[in-house]
Amino acid sequence: MSDALIRFAQVSHRYRDGGRDILRDADFQLARGEMAFLTGPSGAGKSTLLKLIALLERPVQGEIVVDGQVLSKVRSRDVPAYRRQFGMIFQNFNLLPDRTVFDNVAMPLVIRGHSGDDIGRRVRAALDAVGLRGREKDWPVTLSGGEQQRVGIARAVVAKPRLLIADEPTGNLDPTMAAEVMHLFTRFNEVGVSVLVATHAIGLISRLPYRILKLEDGLLADARAAPEPGA
Amino acid sequence: MSGAKRVSTAPTTGSRWLLDHTRAISATLDALKRRPFGTLLTALVIGITLALPAGLYAVLGGLDAASSGLKGSLRVSLFLKDTVDEAAGRQLHASLARKRGIGDARYISRDAALAEFKAHSGFGEALDILTDNPLPAVIVVTPDATLPKAQAEALLDALTKLPEVDSARMDREWLERLYAILAVIERLVLLIAGALALAVLVVVANTIRLDIASRREEILVLKLIGAPDSFIRRPFLYTGLWYGLTGALLACLMVVAAGLSLAGPAQTLSGLYGIGSGVAVLSVDTVFAVFGAGAALGWLAALWTVSRHLGAIEPD
Repeated sequence: MSDALIRFAQVSHRYRDGGRDILRDADFQLARGEMAFLTGPSGAGKSTLLKLIALLERPVQGEIVVDGQVLSKVRSRDVPAYRRQFGMIFQNFNLLPDRTVFDNVAMPLVIRGHSGDDIGRRVRAALDAVGLRGREKDWPVTLSGGEQQRVGIARAVVAKPRLLIADEPTGNLDPTMAAEVMHLFTRFNEVGVSVLVATHAIGLISRLPYRILKLEDGLLADARAAPEPGA
Repeated sequence: MSGAKRVSTAPTTGSRWLLDHTRAISATLDALKRRPFGTLLTALVIGITLALPAGLYAVLGGLDAASSGLKGSLRVSLFLKDTVDEAAGRQLHASLARKRGIGDARYISRDAALAEFKAHSGFGEALDILTDNPLPAVIVVTPDATLPKAQAEALLDALTKLPEVDSARMDREWLERLYAILAVIERLVLLIAGALALAVLVVVANTIRLDIASRREEILVLKLIGAPDSFIRRPFLYTGLWYGLTGALLACLMVVAAGLSLAGPAQTLSGLYGIGSGVAVLSVDTVFAVFGAGAALGWLAALWTVSRHLGAIEPD
């Protein structure tokens, strides 16, 4: 499919310590502009699948293509540039505790060498988008879990990526905060950003009209297809 | 399909390089200022380590300058044959005084030599009974101070073979011993400097290693969001550089302070021997060398440590 942003073809993976197969002959595509949830029991390999996309792991078999790039051909030294093309969101937020909210969100732009003015404008816009405008000078430790995750999301979107991948982004949040975070993802998806969220919050995602993939015993399958436009 | 509309605001390569380095410089200086005690302690260790070879080098420079003042001591006394009369002796003196490479030539006639001997030997009246003056005329030749030591020696050797010269006495053994001692000290300073350079490398490397360990989580996050190794490495390299430069500054201050505290006794000593100024002054060249060594060692130690440890920190 030509408009696939992510394509898995017969991908299998197991860790080097010789454990079970995490993925077995997985075929999967995420279209450009699509949002999907990846579910499955704990330890099913949801995080591993995201790691394969982020090139934190390389599959033992099969081909993964992300935005036209065959990942097996991405050299180690090109991995940072590859990772800069998408935004990542983590369960434990991964904020730098000794930097302010502003500095945390600005980090991807600093890495890209943007000017100070441009960084200021973009960071304020990103914080505005996640509802944290005015909290630029706060320290992460002073924020609630939900606010910290929103800072993490602002950091992920500040460089305007085509793709957001999130690993259990609501895992450490209460239901209200979790719903707010999921709502943010849907808003970014509405403006064309592809989103893939690994989560076991079935109750939360079942109410949302997006495709659901299920990973169990190494097998990946569509649990619910994407709704037809206008459905 | 792309998400939002993309407008390129990426800076040019040159301005980005400048921006990246300016940010790294600013961030690392801020970080060091936030922990002044730790920074000062590390810089002090480096300073003391650099001060020893710098101080020895300065002392060596002082001794070298003093020994060049002693070059005048490298001279030869040419005792002329009895057959050389005063006119011929003075003519020889005049020709030697004009000779290239000779700084000074002094003619002491037989009569002058006798008068001097009478005055200083204590045998004044006893010598009056001599019917004939037994002392030869002497030409005391001192080579030009700018002449290299080997050339000066060759020149004096050649003079002793002149046909008018009966015998010659060169007083240079003690000077050669001094030169030999200076050569040994110079080599010793080099060896000590090498060993202490290694110590600076270890001190900075260990400090940077601890810094990397304490910032492990930050490095992991940076790698996750796509920071290249050069971006992650840069602050550590600048930190090493600042340690080296601060250590060099402290080393120079310590050497200057030591020089000032030794100035009085050294002046007295040099006055007694009539040589040089006697004070070991830290020359501009030495200051540049200390700062250059500090900067290079700090940077290299950081580069070595970061290269060894950064690859081991990978997100999983």
